[in-house]
Amino acid sequence: MKMIQSGFSISASILDLSYLIAAIFFVIGLKMLSRPESARAGNLWAAAGMGLAMLTTLVLHKDPHGNPIPLQNAMLVLSVIATGTVIGWIMARKIQMTAMPQMVSFYNATGGAASGLVALMEYWNPDNSSILVTLLGISVGNIAFSGSIVAYGKLDGKIRDWTSPVMKYINLFMLVLTVVLTVILMLPGIDGPTGKVLVFVLFFLSLVYGVLFVMPIGGADMPVVISLLNSLTGVAAAMAGFIYNNQAMILGGILVGAAGTILTILMCRAMNRSLLNVIVGAFGAGQTSTQEGITGVMREISLSEAAMILNYSQKVVIIPGYGMAAAQAQYACNELDKLLTEQGVDIRYAIHPVAGRMPGHMNVLLAEAHVPYEKLVEMDQINPDMANVDTAVVIGANDVVNPAALNEPGSPIFGMPIIHAHEAKNIIVIKRGMGKGYAAIENHLFYNDKTRMLFGNAKEVLQKLVGEIKSI
Amino acid sequence: MEKILEFLFMYRHEIFIVILAGFLGIEVIAHVPSVLHTPLMSGANAVSGVIIIGGIILLGHADMSRFSAELIIGIIAVFFATLNVAGGFVVTDRMLEMFRKKKNRHIKNS
Repeated sequence: MKMIQSGFSISASILDLSYLIAAIFFVIGLKMLSRPESARAGNLWAAAGMGLAMLTTLVLHKDPHGNPIPLQNAMLVLSVIATGTVIGWIMARKIQMTAMPQMVSFYNATGGAASGLVALMEYWNPDNSSILVTLLGISVGNIAFSGSIVAYGKLDGKIRDWTSPVMKYINLFMLVLTVVLTVILMLPGIDGPTGKVLVFVLFFLSLVYGVLFVMPIGGADMPVVISLLNSLTGVAAAMAGFIYNNQAMILGGILVGAAGTILTILMCRAMNRSLLNVIVGAFGAGQTSTQEGITGVMREISLSEAAMILNYSQKVVIIPGYGMAAAQAQYACNELDKLLTEQGVDIRYAIHPVAGRMPGHMNVLLAEAHVPYEKLVEMDQINPDMANVDTAVVIGANDVVNPAALNEPGSPIFGMPIIHAHEAKNIIVIKRGMGKGYAAIENHLFYNDKTRMLFGNAKEVLQKLVGEIKSI
Repeated sequence: MEKILEFLFMYRHEIFIVILAGFLGIEVIAHVPSVLHTPLMSGANAVSGVIIIGGIILLGHADMSRFSAELIIGIIAVFFATLNVAGGFVVTDRMLEMFRKKKNRHIKNS
């Protein structure tokens, strides 16, 4: 749908100008989102850019034949947007903070679906001469959609991980099939009835591929997948932007695509794994475990003893993991924090980059419970100081504190940077049960001489601990 | 080969934008502290709802005199994209609201 290039008109000029402003707002918004002080305003800038682009499109857009959007259509568009806004708003307001990863996945799915559908419709548009981007819009959008839906289901506990050794070959086959189909559809002469059938095949094939692609990935790899799917949705939107020659869509989409890719790479680096390894090799699958059996026993501790240890510590570092999120223990954790701070204990939180189920998950949860973000310390900053820490409190974290990552070359997580909890003078581990972590690897930390275990639901344990400390 | 060059020529401006926007995206995000990863991802997710413009164009020019495929698919696409945009920005705002409130309190305390 190339617009007639020479056709200058005031309305077309204003429309393009508004897209430029919207694009600038997106960039400023994302830039501001990367600093805590300006983040909230940045989000509003990006939203304002989006609102502006939507409004001017509705009022000023003309099809290639120069027809504006009829009033009747404009009213329909407005009513659909109004409905979507109200529903989206209510959902976003009602969702609990612990369910945030699912929510983001869900919205990502809707964006991907919209891209896939728009591109599919434009395939039939005789004015559309850009086949490649249209096909990419369909396939990338659909993969992002069905992949995000599966991710949503997994995060919400509705779908279980499903792996099998042949999975990676099936996925590879699906990917090749998608690419081949795209190439076939681009051949001259396929744009007739055959093309109309094949484009549907591509549409459904990419939906199935999205499901199969996310299905085997789970547990600790979830933040990587979510970030990757996010970036795919951006790319899909940019492809649709190509169809309409729309700079705001292209820039916005690519901006998100690039940002998502960088975030994905950061997550992979935090686990010392390549992206390919995350996508193809399901965790630990096919790997023969060369772990030595663990000698030693887990030592349990009573609440009152734990309270004593904490009370007499000067420096305490809390290491939260998904278990804290699952137990909704962030408020109880803040209670403990406040109480100990009043006693003059120095409390910090060590945040592993992939703790939780999405990038930065722990930060959001602790922020919800009003823990000042100055107390949240990143892994690289806290590790050199761990030896000076009196007590490390591990709450529902497992693999991110497993020393096997440092000293057991045979371990599936070997090489992954961890928080050096084992260097602290005392270690208290709050854990639901004796089970292993998501990577299903034994954790030597739990058998360490300095480690004491507190079994139970993190929230209840923390609440009781607060009670014990108060009674000292 | 000719097809490829034709494609490149036809989209030379857009390809320019893609490459520069790619670098811009990397540059803007590269040094973000992990405390902001979630809101940033969520905000970026809302921006990817920019597909709504495509939806508006599609539905805006759809034939409304009958139940055309454009009309039905257009409605679904605009609705989904709106969920992405509205929900995305509101969820991000909610997360960031918590960061801000807490900061003010912290200043008061110290």
